[in-house]
Amino acid sequence: MITVELAKLFKRPRMYVIVALLCLLPFIVAIFLATTRIPPPPGQGGAFLSAVLSNGALYPAAALALVLPVFLPVAVAVLAGDSIAGEATGGTLRYLLIRPVGRTRLLVAKLIAQVAFVLFAIAAVVVTSYLTGVLMLGTGESTTGGVVLLPPDVTSLSGDLISPGELALRLLGTIGYITISMLGVAAIALFLSTLTDSALGAAMGALATLVTSQVLVTLDAAESVKPYLPTRYWLAWIDFFRDPILWRDIERGAGLQFVYVAVLLGAAWANFKTKDIGS
Amino acid sequence: MITTHGLTRRFGRTLAVDGVDLDVRAGDRYGLLGPNGSGKTTLVRMLLSLVYATAGTIEIMGKPVPRKAHEVLPLIGAMVESPGAYGHLSGRTNLSIFDAAGPGGGRRTRKARIDEALERVGLSGIDGRPVKTYSLGMRQRLGLAGALLRSPTLLILDEPTNGLDPRGIREIRDLMTELNAAGTTVFLSSHLLGEVELFCTRVGVMDRGRLVIQDDLDTLRAPTGRILVDTPDAERAHALLDGRVESRVGDRLVVRHADAAALNATLVGGDIRVAGIAPQQRTLEEVVLEATTSSADRVDAT
Repeated sequence: MITVELAKLFKRPRMYVIVALLCLLPFIVAIFLATTRIPPPPGQGGAFLSAVLSNGALYPAAALALVLPVFLPVAVAVLAGDSIAGEATGGTLRYLLIRPVGRTRLLVAKLIAQVAFVLFAIAAVVVTSYLTGVLMLGTGESTTGGVVLLPPDVTSLSGDLISPGELALRLLGTIGYITISMLGVAAIALFLSTLTDSALGAAMGALATLVTSQVLVTLDAAESVKPYLPTRYWLAWIDFFRDPILWRDIERGAGLQFVYVAVLLGAAWANFKTKDIGS
Repeated sequence: MITTHGLTRRFGRTLAVDGVDLDVRAGDRYGLLGPNGSGKTTLVRMLLSLVYATAGTIEIMGKPVPRKAHEVLPLIGAMVESPGAYGHLSGRTNLSIFDAAGPGGGRRTRKARIDEALERVGLSGIDGRPVKTYSLGMRQRLGLAGALLRSPTLLILDEPTNGLDPRGIREIRDLMTELNAAGTTVFLSSHLLGEVELFCTRVGVMDRGRLVIQDDLDTLRAPTGRILVDTPDAERAHALLDGRVESRVGDRLVVRHADAAALNATLVGGDIRVAGIAPQQRTLEEVVLEATTSSADRVDAT
């Protein structure tokens, strides 16, 4: 069933359109940066955006910072919200269940397909933005001799140097962390997808949760609930680019997402297992 | 093959299915009739473990459902209401996806089985076009091919001829007859009387959630004890058979008589020309209309 779900995911033209759009955003930003060479003022704009002007090899990190807050969660919520509800609307859910595919297996396969999508999308963004960065912004080889200068707006100590190999490792860590964060989004949308037959409704519900969480994170009055909000630690991956790596928020963020995934999957399972399939 | 006892399903305050004792025997061609909204689809969904019963038991092939559904379902080929397919994929890819999704579909035999099923339903020539370009009839055939993919011992079909033209309907009926002759039990749910009358040997009729009739078609259509006579000499025949003629419309008489052959001899003996003579049988329509109340989709003011 898992291979079937993956086949279905990668045979969907829609999925490639979403990934292409995700890759397009950093590309457009890179065009403006490369032609004008105007960095955002310190403390404003996306993370890493001024740093990439001196070294394009950091551009994947900047690209992730661009797509993470809105674009990527929207894509995940739309696809995950569609996972069960879309099958119900299309009339294929009942044929899968009488095949028979166990309801638990179906849920797990859907979640694994979501993980595959997130990994594929992030990998596509990283690869295309690396190429864009290196080709359009240059690696700054002449000034730094190939080593990567960690940007002062991220590190507390400016001028830390890391080798390209270590940069790749830190990017891998980033990809892993963002995947876990998006898994939380996918779990919310998947749970809602078992509640309703409307894919749009499930995606909308997941996005409403995220937007609410994003607003509360910036609200001082909501201090007491902040550590439990799903988006609270989303940006913790930036800590991978500090020297030394600051693990505290990364660990908390990952732990929090695992709790969210476990609880929501449990709820989705309990609901779906006993549900009448009327579609 | 299928046995249910007191099968009941309640949705809020309405009883969709109410104490149904279904009895489908191996080798049957069973037709489940009933007006729209009489609970046919809910019953079929319960047999397939899509909807859970409020009360009562289901046994299919001797195994309790839904508890042993994972053992029973691989032996059932089914179509529930409209066929379902992924519109952006081709018919073959669709069949292959559904086959790979569950147990009992070997990967090595898959292509051959898909080709055979498509051949059977008359779609052997389909190319790589996506299903969303198919006509309703083609989708219906594709759904049927999906049900036949693993040579099931029980076919459960809900309105299988929906969207087909008369020739298509005939083809599908011939196919079902052929499968039944080879030992497949066919359980058909339909609101088309003619459909069931032509194909089924056993009939169940549902009305407002209850199974009001369940019997062999031949028993239901038993002779009424009357004989229909067509004669140009209706006037004289009426006089000859005085007292036994129940009604007369034009050249047609309805005569109370047990034996058509004996009546024919009497008439001919009386020098009356007989154009046609046959025992009157109840039609399935009369049986069903008698047993059911008004359509559930009719909303009258009370």
